[in-house]
Amino acid sequence: MHELNYEAPTSLDQAISVLAAAGENGRMLAGGTDLIIQMRAGVRQPGQVIDAKKVPELQALSFEAQTGLRLGAARACCDIIADATVQQHYPGLVEAAGLIGSDQILARASVGGNVCNGSPAADTTPALIALGAVCHIAGPNGTREVAVEDFVTAPGQTVLAPNELLVAFQVPAPQGQAADCYQRFIPRNEMDIAVVGVGSCVALDGDTCTAARIGLGAVAARPLLAKEAGDALVGKTLDDAAIEAAAQLAQQAASPISDMRGTAEFRTHLVGVLTRRTLKAAAARAR
Amino acid sequence: MKKVYVQTTINGEETEFLCEPRQSLLEVLRDVVGYTGTKEGCLTGDCGACSVILDGRPTDSCLVLGVEAEGKDITTVEGLADGDALHPLQKKFLEHAALQCGICTPGFLVTSKALLDRNPNPTEHEIRYALAGNLCRCTGYDKIVRAVQDAAAEMQGR
Repeated sequence: MHELNYEAPTSLDQAISVLAAAGENGRMLAGGTDLIIQMRAGVRQPGQVIDAKKVPELQALSFEAQTGLRLGAARACCDIIADATVQQHYPGLVEAAGLIGSDQILARASVGGNVCNGSPAADTTPALIALGAVCHIAGPNGTREVAVEDFVTAPGQTVLAPNELLVAFQVPAPQGQAADCYQRFIPRNEMDIAVVGVGSCVALDGDTCTAARIGLGAVAARPLLAKEAGDALVGKTLDDAAIEAAAQLAQQAASPISDMRGTAEFRTHLVGVLTRRTLKAAAARAR
Repeated sequence: MKKVYVQTTINGEETEFLCEPRQSLLEVLRDVVGYTGTKEGCLTGDCGACSVILDGRPTDSCLVLGVEAEGKDITTVEGLADGDALHPLQKKFLEHAALQCGICTPGFLVTSKALLDRNPNPTEHEIRYALAGNLCRCTGYDKIVRAVQDAAAEMQGR
């Protein structure tokens, strides 16, 4: 591995100033399950590695009924999936975070790192998109908020400027009868990268859908919000016809490529299957 | 490159070492501190040969920087036996012949210990999921799973 300098700031202000001083040469380290592999392969060679894990704001994991979940960008997945409040309110996020890797990986990997790594196939990104989560970003010029669906811009690329870091996600609280679900297709039971991943979140008033969001992974150069597919469900009863119509709109939103994991045609098929399944599962949970 | 001073606890003993920031915990354990029971496999977090228990969680030491060990509690495979008395997992791996070449064995033992520490009575399904991050290319997994089940039973006094 290349030579590097390591800092472990213990406050957000310190982290921002170390990152600002490093400029293009700096990179935040959360669990390291992507970054250390990339550094070993020479894909990324930051001269300044800044450990995010000792900054309290980046370890946040707290829920309030009004504002929802505050999830620090560096908080390890093992803590998130074991948290009873997260399990109760965001079962789809638990499903996505629990799929990132083995227990050894989950002990270190963070949702913030999963999103910042910028993979189109990241599991937690579609789940967060479905939940309407917002990224809280900090830098020397202050803070800003960006919706998760706008955060990743291309494979490995995000909206973060070199002097900015992702602090936390704010995940809205479920309103009334609402729930989410994340599913992916892989050709074995676990330990793989999504061929397609879909997150769905629905809110119901009796049998009527009052809000729906569908996030898609591994079907474009970046994770997508299938906005028209979700909007088409609002005001409808979530019967087979409405769900089928939404699944077709989600398929139209996808623009997959063919690669070693699957063909574009197969991926488009999977978007339909997983959209139907996640919508039905989320609706069942919401009821 | 200037080395960094790190204080940590390894297998219950307070340990200090000097390492370069670019060195992995795996490299430090093997080449600096001398715990060579921890094995190098894939270096990408897929095979689990380098598993250690870091603050109670099974972790791939190839994906941790040595400097991150500051203030942490680490258990390697050398920390399982009590003097000459093997840990029940080690005994059962021998009894069930749950190894052939042995390169993956320290990782399996450490990950299994982390599992039984948290869940003393796991189902077969839970064992297989907990060991999904450890690859064995000779034995197959059935003997390993049976050894863990048997060790759990013995430790539970069954």
